[in-house]
Amino acid sequence: MSHSSSKREMSARARWQAWLPKLVLAPSLALVLFFVYGFILWTSYISFSASDMLPNYTWVGTHQWSRLWGSWTWGIALHNIWVFSLLYIVSCTLLGLLLAILLDQRIRAEGLLRTIYLYPMALSFIVTGTAWQWFLNPGLGLEKTMHELGWTSFSFDWLINADMAIYTVVIAAVWQATGFVMAMFLAGLRGIDGEMIKAAQIDGAPVWKIYLRIIIPQLRPVFLSAVVVLAHLAIKSFDLIVAMTGGGPGNATTVPATFMYSYAFSRNEMGIAAASAVFMLAVIAALIVPYLYSELRGPRS
Amino acid sequence: MSTTAPISRASMWPRIVLYAVLIVFAALFLMPLYVMLTTSFKTLAEIQQGNMLALPEQWTLTPWLEAWGSACIGLDCDGISGYFFNSIKIVIPAVVISALFGAFNGYVLTKWRFRGHKIVFGLILFGCFIPFQIILLPMARVLGVLHIANTTTGLVLVHIVYGIGFTTLFFRNYYETFPNELIRAAMLDGAGFFTIFFRILLPASGPIIVVTVIWQFTNVWNDFLFGVSFTSGENAPVTVALNNLVNSSTGVKAYNVNMAAAMFAAVPTLVVYVLAGKYFVRGLMSGSVKG
Amino acid sequence: MAIVELKNVVKNYGGHKGSKDSANAVENFNLLTEDGEFVVLVGPSGCGKSTTMRMIAGLENNTGGEIRISGRDVSAVPPKDRDIAMVFQSYALYPHMSVFENMAFSLRLKKTPNDEVKRRVNEAASILNIEHLLERKPRALSGGQRQRVALGRAIVRQPQVFLMDEPLSNLDAKLRVDMRAEIVKLHRKLGVTTFYVTHDQVEAMTMGQRIVVMLDGKIQQVDTPQNLYERPNNMFVAGFIGTPSMNFLRAKIASDRRALEGESFRFKAEGARGTALDTHTANEVWVGVRPEHLRYVEDSGHGAGLENMMRGTIEVVEPLGAVTMVQVQIDDARVTAQLDSHVQVTLGETITLACAGEKLHLFDADSEQALGLEQPVSEPLSAAV
Repeated sequence: MSHSSSKREMSARARWQAWLPKLVLAPSLALVLFFVYGFILWTSYISFSASDMLPNYTWVGTHQWSRLWGSWTWGIALHNIWVFSLLYIVSCTLLGLLLAILLDQRIRAEGLLRTIYLYPMALSFIVTGTAWQWFLNPGLGLEKTMHELGWTSFSFDWLINADMAIYTVVIAAVWQATGFVMAMFLAGLRGIDGEMIKAAQIDGAPVWKIYLRIIIPQLRPVFLSAVVVLAHLAIKSFDLIVAMTGGGPGNATTVPATFMYSYAFSRNEMGIAAASAVFMLAVIAALIVPYLYSELRGPRS
Repeated sequence: MSTTAPISRASMWPRIVLYAVLIVFAALFLMPLYVMLTTSFKTLAEIQQGNMLALPEQWTLTPWLEAWGSACIGLDCDGISGYFFNSIKIVIPAVVISALFGAFNGYVLTKWRFRGHKIVFGLILFGCFIPFQIILLPMARVLGVLHIANTTTGLVLVHIVYGIGFTTLFFRNYYETFPNELIRAAMLDGAGFFTIFFRILLPASGPIIVVTVIWQFTNVWNDFLFGVSFTSGENAPVTVALNNLVNSSTGVKAYNVNMAAAMFAAVPTLVVYVLAGKYFVRGLMSGSVKG
Repeated sequence: MAIVELKNVVKNYGGHKGSKDSANAVENFNLLTEDGEFVVLVGPSGCGKSTTMRMIAGLENNTGGEIRISGRDVSAVPPKDRDIAMVFQSYALYPHMSVFENMAFSLRLKKTPNDEVKRRVNEAASILNIEHLLERKPRALSGGQRQRVALGRAIVRQPQVFLMDEPLSNLDAKLRVDMRAEIVKLHRKLGVTTFYVTHDQVEAMTMGQRIVVMLDGKIQQVDTPQNLYERPNNMFVAGFIGTPSMNFLRAKIASDRRALEGESFRFKAEGARGTALDTHTANEVWVGVRPEHLRYVEDSGHGAGLENMMRGTIEVVEPLGAVTMVQVQIDDARVTAQLDSHVQVTLGETITLACAGEKLHLFDADSEQALGLEQPVSEPLSAAV
């Protein structure tokens, strides 16, 4: 450790004990360095190479990147992910907060309700997609049911409507993640000092004002966590789109994740796929790195 | 915290509205599951004529049996069972090994700190937030080089590598709060690195082991991206098989069979959730906020 | 049992130059214990006392100097091979093990035969009167019981040295006093060399055969409790030892080099203190007086001119029953005096306080070191207990 103690005679056993922790950590670090950072470098390089079906290490500069940005589909994907993320994050946050506040009113059977709101988070996106695809099926699903019930003018064909399909994905995604956001807010609410609220009540503040002025401002860290986690889930969204719309109708619900997959594995355009993946990484890194930094900082212990 | 004043008769109405809103939301959340379940017990004929929200007029188990044993996925008509077992074959080793890595990493990163331990942790943690699209291409090649492309073994490796970040996070945050004086006492008592871990730390790690196992189990079981990217045909996990079944364009769509298959894919994680919901939530939370 | 020697021991956490960490946490620590001595390390938090103890334990490496236990330099020896046992502030009992297993853990790791383990655990348990707790888990014990188990775990190992790191600070006040006596009794019975860390000077004074007073990583004084009280080396030790703390007054040295004056007090330096002033060049000096050495003087109206007296207004009166504490404004200082409770004083009253000349302490105005310390009478250690 220090100069003077390293000069001292240390028994072989003591030295072994000193190295042991690092030795135990080493395999994980090696795996991560290779499979995460090595792969990031490799993919980044590929995005500047002539790779198509197979890797081709010829340097072509920003050729693949300009092809990516010139792609009509990529434009749709970016537009979709923007719309999807915005709606998804805002809806989940607001609904989650609302449910948390409602549940925080000394509700009987709170445990049961919480369990119900949160169970979709345990499901695979593929299951969610399958269920919602069926639920929103224009021929047999919700629409037909409404007709059966007598509401014959009811029409809900968003799933096969190119302009509206992305919103069905939003609905399903919100359904899945709202309970999770609710749980985060509920934990935040439970952490707020009750004395302060009692003081505000004694001051005569109405309940809605207490929430707006005192409680919600204190939930700022939860908002931050929720937005970061949701944004991260949104940008990675792949499974749900594949299961619900397959990126269709046409390519109306293509997002960067499905774009990347199809260029990588069906269109054999490895270079463009790599460029799109690097772009996704850059966006997430810009979001996650400051967040992780602020979470991990703190006093040296 | 509580913001409700003692309930007087005049303030009964807000309570009633409150409960009504909560119950409506609960119904909305339960609806898709309810529809899935009822559909899976209906005959195809009843589905085509009928009301999605109604209970089956004639309950049938055939869709479940078909989904399990004889539905056609791709060219094989053996149902989803084989893929279900693929998922189990992937999930068990992936969960055990990544949890083990995470436990040791968390132990070293909190109790045997060295210069730069924070950087190492940051590097490991960032790995679980990357969009996995960035590693699909090189991983496909590496799995090929290792001769484990299109095998469940390959998927196990992938899930271990990209699970280490979260398992390390869980154990690190947990061990962070474990008193250092206990470690020191054990050192003085003559315990070394492994003895302290196995005799002192591990017996106190029950809750975090449960959280980690549940989290990893859910993640690996529900994975689709890695499954669809690195396997095909009979080696695919259940999510991939379900998607192939549901979104195949051939033949008449057997919605009841699709729903039964979706239930098969959903049941393991739902069971875990219902049995150990507390730990499931704790995992979700510690994945999002500092422990 | 053993003699412990610390020679120029240094701890530096190796921070960047100029940062807070770059200073030495412990600086040139020198100490030689007697065999079987009870040494207390005392000082305010952050003074390096716990760091010093952890270096003796081997939980931290010393960055310089030598630590010898029974003559062997243990600086590079891992904690478990130093033949020491430690009692921690939080007790550090293994939560999942029974009391018996807690105490037996170190013996089991050494592969001690089963009957030997049983014998030693039972022996330690009977010394501490915890035989009836052996099957319980730590969480089923009270604070005092946990404390005993922690002691028991140390005793079982029959070490050469005991290290105790603020072992009583988690107990309530009454229990602390009881355990204090008990630990002293235990030490007498076992006769093992013991280091005891505390921030509580009362604990230090009542328990230690010798006390090491530390501040900012440096030893301020190593002495018997009596000597620390009577002959503090410097103002820090003088103020730290004794409750309430010693009063300090800034005084001008008169031309006769004996009289020490302020606006409302006048003292006379006697004996060695007086002689010290002959060679002292400064014009001012700190005068220290302990509250318990101040006497109330019936006001004769012209008392201010007399020697070793001070006069001021009473600002605070705190009757404690047996004694009454008063705070008196003397020049720009608040002086605390401990008066007999039968003395009737009222708030705002002007009173005169007196102090015997031999009870005065003088300190250099700049270095704050004591002046004119009489050579401590070297007492045999046993007399100090």
